Amino acid sequence: MNFLRSFGLFWYDFIIGDDWTIAAAVVAALAVTGLLAHQHVTAWWLLPLVVAVFLGYSLWRAANARSR
Amino acid sequence: MSGLFLFLATFLASAVEMVEALTIVLAAGLTRGWRSTLIGVAAGLAVLAVIVAILGPALTVIPIDALRLVVGGLLLVFGLQWLRKAILRASGYQALHDESAIFERQRATALASGQEVRAGLDWYAFTLAFKGVLLEGLEVAFIVVTFGASANNIALASVGAVAAILVVLVTGVVIRAPLSRVPENTLKFVVGLLLTSFGTFWAAEGAGASWPASDGAIVGLLIFYAAISFIYVRTLQRRRTLNLRAAA
Repeated sequence: MNFLRSFGLFWYDFIIGDDWTIAAAVVAALAVTGLLAHQHVTAWWLLPLVVAVFLGYSLWRAANARSR
Repeated sequence: MSGLFLFLATFLASAVEMVEALTIVLAAGLTRGWRSTLIGVAAGLAVLAVIVAILGPALTVIPIDALRLVVGGLLLVFGLQWLRKAILRASGYQALHDESAIFERQRATALASGQEVRAGLDWYAFTLAFKGVLLEGLEVAFIVVTFGASANNIALASVGAVAAILVVLVTGVVIRAPLSRVPENTLKFVVGLLLTSFGTFWAAEGAGASWPASDGAIVGLLIFYAAISFIYVRTLQRRRTLNLRAAA
């Protein structure tokens, strides 16, 4: 059980890292992109926009935490 | 064009990680002797080669749209980690990577550790070199496998990684000191931008979106993310300066 926990934690840290909100935003943006594309709506702009906004939000939070 | 970016991304990512691995290997080799250290390096590289050799072809069996959605998404999240860290370092909110300091720390620990011989090897030197190469190289293997599979060119991605390993290895052998002059943060910035741009392109395409200008959209994404990152660095730098002035 400990091995599985360590294994899971290793991959979580390896791929997701310090801020899970970026990963969650990417997954949500991809789901909405898929829905829009399925409805034949132009959807390419959504993912870069979400990435730019959430990267900024994550940096802002990190800067705040380090300023305290 | 995407072939050039593919080579560049795996070459630069491998170079950065191998510079970090070289620091650990030099600390082990110069303090504990080279035989066990180099066997540890070879064992680490062999495990990485097996990971790429097994996972690479396995991924190419998956249908390209599903592959690009999942792998592109992973590459994007992974690339954003690099980019976020590089922006925080460039703006002064996170300490820069210091190879000389890391080398001194590793060297002191290696000197203080006792002698334990297993299978005819200095076990400390072997495990330090093996873990250093394997853990630093795991990110490279991840990039080679995901990038190579999505671009349908694992061979070129591997060539980029191997070329970087050789360049760093030869430089390390020649100067026998940590490569502290390598601009690691700049390289990580570039790799983060490349991974984020390609990850965005492939993931959105895998989800069903069609990019204007097809492959040319990758250059547009690179420019967009570079501009956004520049703005974030400048904004955070200004904010940090104001905070420091207020605290003084």
